[in-house]
Amino acid sequence: MSSAGPVLDVRNLRVWYGSLRGQVRAVDGVSLEIDAGDVLGLVGESGCGKSTLGRGILGLLPEGARADGEVLYRGRNLVTMSQRDLRRLRGPELGLIFQEPMTRLNPLLRIEDQFRETIEQHDSKLTDADVRRRSLDTLGRMGIPPTRFRQYPHEFSGGMRQRIMIALALVLRPSLLVADEPTTSLDVIVEAQILRILADLKENFDTALLLITHNLGIVAEACDRVAVMYAGQIAEEGPARDVFADPKHPYTRELLRSTISLDTTELHSIPGAPPNLISPPSGCRFHPRCPDVMQVCPARDPIETQPDPDRRVLCWLHGPEQEIPAGGTQRLERPELAVAEEA
Amino acid sequence: MSANGDPLVSVRGLKTYYSIRGSFLDRLIGKTGAAVRAVDDVSFDLRKGEVLGLVGESGSGKTTLGRTLLGLVPATEGQVIFEGQDITRLHERDLRDIRRRVQIVFQDPHASLNPAMTIAQAVGHPLQIHGLADDKAVVRLRVAEVLERVGLAPAEQFMDKYPSDLSGGQKQRAVIARAIILNPVLLVADEPVSMLDMSVRAKILELMLGLKNDFDLTYLYITHDLATAKFFCDRIAIMYLGRIVEIGPSAAIYEDPKHPYTQALLKAIPEPDPRRTIPRDLPRGEVPDASRPPLGCSFHPRCPRAFEVCGWEARDLKDLLERRWVGMEEEAYEAEQAAVGAVQPLDVAETHAQLPTSGSGGGAEVRAILDGARAADPAEPFWTGVREIRDVDGRVEVDFQEPVEPRLLPAGSVEVECHLYDEEALAEAARRRSTSIPG
Repeated sequence: MSSAGPVLDVRNLRVWYGSLRGQVRAVDGVSLEIDAGDVLGLVGESGCGKSTLGRGILGLLPEGARADGEVLYRGRNLVTMSQRDLRRLRGPELGLIFQEPMTRLNPLLRIEDQFRETIEQHDSKLTDADVRRRSLDTLGRMGIPPTRFRQYPHEFSGGMRQRIMIALALVLRPSLLVADEPTTSLDVIVEAQILRILADLKENFDTALLLITHNLGIVAEACDRVAVMYAGQIAEEGPARDVFADPKHPYTRELLRSTISLDTTELHSIPGAPPNLISPPSGCRFHPRCPDVMQVCPARDPIETQPDPDRRVLCWLHGPEQEIPAGGTQRLERPELAVAEEA
Repeated sequence: MSANGDPLVSVRGLKTYYSIRGSFLDRLIGKTGAAVRAVDDVSFDLRKGEVLGLVGESGSGKTTLGRTLLGLVPATEGQVIFEGQDITRLHERDLRDIRRRVQIVFQDPHASLNPAMTIAQAVGHPLQIHGLADDKAVVRLRVAEVLERVGLAPAEQFMDKYPSDLSGGQKQRAVIARAIILNPVLLVADEPVSMLDMSVRAKILELMLGLKNDFDLTYLYITHDLATAKFFCDRIAIMYLGRIVEIGPSAAIYEDPKHPYTQALLKAIPEPDPRRTIPRDLPRGEVPDASRPPLGCSFHPRCPRAFEVCGWEARDLKDLLERRWVGMEEEAYEAEQAAVGAVQPLDVAETHAQLPTSGSGGGAEVRAILDGARAADPAEPFWTGVREIRDVDGRVEVDFQEPVEPRLLPAGSVEVECHLYDEEALAEAARRRSTSIPG
């Protein structure tokens, strides 16, 4: 493995699609990097564009969606790549794990045959014994006993199916894996078992992982870095530990405060609701809900800054000062938001 | 949040079983199918004015229990006494009165509202069903009142909208309005916030707490989420595979969880604190099939602290072998698998097992495999459950310790169903330990 640069380098990616009410800008100028063996958590509320971003990175956008910008995978731009070349990369280079394992496994195929199909599609020269050894090895790392190799998907529990899905995604040793809410339908103990497996990927496979979730707890425990997404943009990005300890963006801070955990002693919520992505608020998209909103926030689009060398944030509180007009840092009184506006 | 101690609902020995149809042939020869024991002998009191949390994972029976309390699912056995009446014996007509007093809020607000009814129609519907108001103007006035109370204000802005015009949080507010319009005394809330975004959950919980105080409500809060339950509930009942395994005041359950299952649940919750890492010592496996529950304590196959009397059986031997083979070199695994035979015959709830499972001979190899497994992990609780391993006619026979049924017993300020807190079970285990025949 070459250590030159990140496995994935997303630069100014935009994804939009048409709807009856207008153009939905689901991903609006996102930049991200993931290094080999790193886990980046992409966190946000429903409708913020995080799943679209995950699919956009893999070139799996639905009919009618358009993308521009760059998704550089080992230096090759996936956005402009042909579907044929993309298909060739998916599996051996790019892997995807979905939320609902049952709907992604073929119910009519034994586990053995699902693996054979996956492996042979990309490497038809392998012998049966090789296919079997490779499959069992990967399944074993996921905790699936070899005695169950010839069973059908319905004979497995939900957690086992998700392990099988992960094994199927990993059997071709992809360098980049996108996992979209991989534990959402699982029970809490099984969820922790699966997160353990994902967090250990770097030791076993050296895979770069983009973990998409709405759960800040999962990010805290399983991710090296975190990107907080709001209304199609990355509000803040940095090492998970630093972002949780000292959130720079008011949205991150408020999201952390409103998360109900075992340490919660009083309830907190963010007023209002995430905006629709057809006509998002002017300037900073969070400004109508932001407790720290200033005069400049609705007037000008925020500019990304680096409050620390390893972190970036999209918020006028962190400058750049020379771009803020005179008086721009004065507080802006927010009108009281009614429930009527809420999500 | 004071509960004055009088039980509003008393549940005694409640069982709710769902029968599974056997095959056509089974029915032809008169064989009855198996049953899923969704609720399996549960007793507790719901005190007036309290919030009782019913916490469990999927398949724990928490939702079935909630529905049985409402008479939506018939009880198989036992009593649910609500205001002096056993509702499991009431006829549908008499249940109707009860249902005015007991309301439910379901998990999915999108599915709880009829898409063809306006919000005003949906929220006012219970008044019409129960014949409490015929005059449309009266209904509309009352609907406006409850809508404003749940925060859908001004009500005029919402009354003539359809559910599809509302966000998830707004829909759940409408569902709550529909539940309180009849002035119920008890509200069963089945995962009322788990489909909502994090920033909305707190608002709905706050609303529910406010309503509780204003209307003197009692709540049964059904959830899988220990974090919201901690904040919301006065008392917590932890369910596992149809049974209450621990019940007591929230503070006691969270500060000093007694049951190994409760301990595991609390440890497994992903906390938004990056100094924490995912625990490695989690219970293995998943919640088993409720139609074939483990012997003894249902949690014993996953329990890190299980011992002699917890209900060891042939299925545990199957699991042990399969765990041993995970990640083993292919040739070594194939040799062991061949020596043991098919593992399927071990998939039975019996305290006796034979290896190899088919054919004869090979006892020495099987013995070596078992010895190897034991040497690899001598602390594995499984071995406490093995009473004797015998060599018979070239085969190996394994006898397990007979199970002792767990009982819900007081332990400090809570009640817990675990042999670790049962003096009699501990004494019995010690007695067996001194008399077991070493393999």
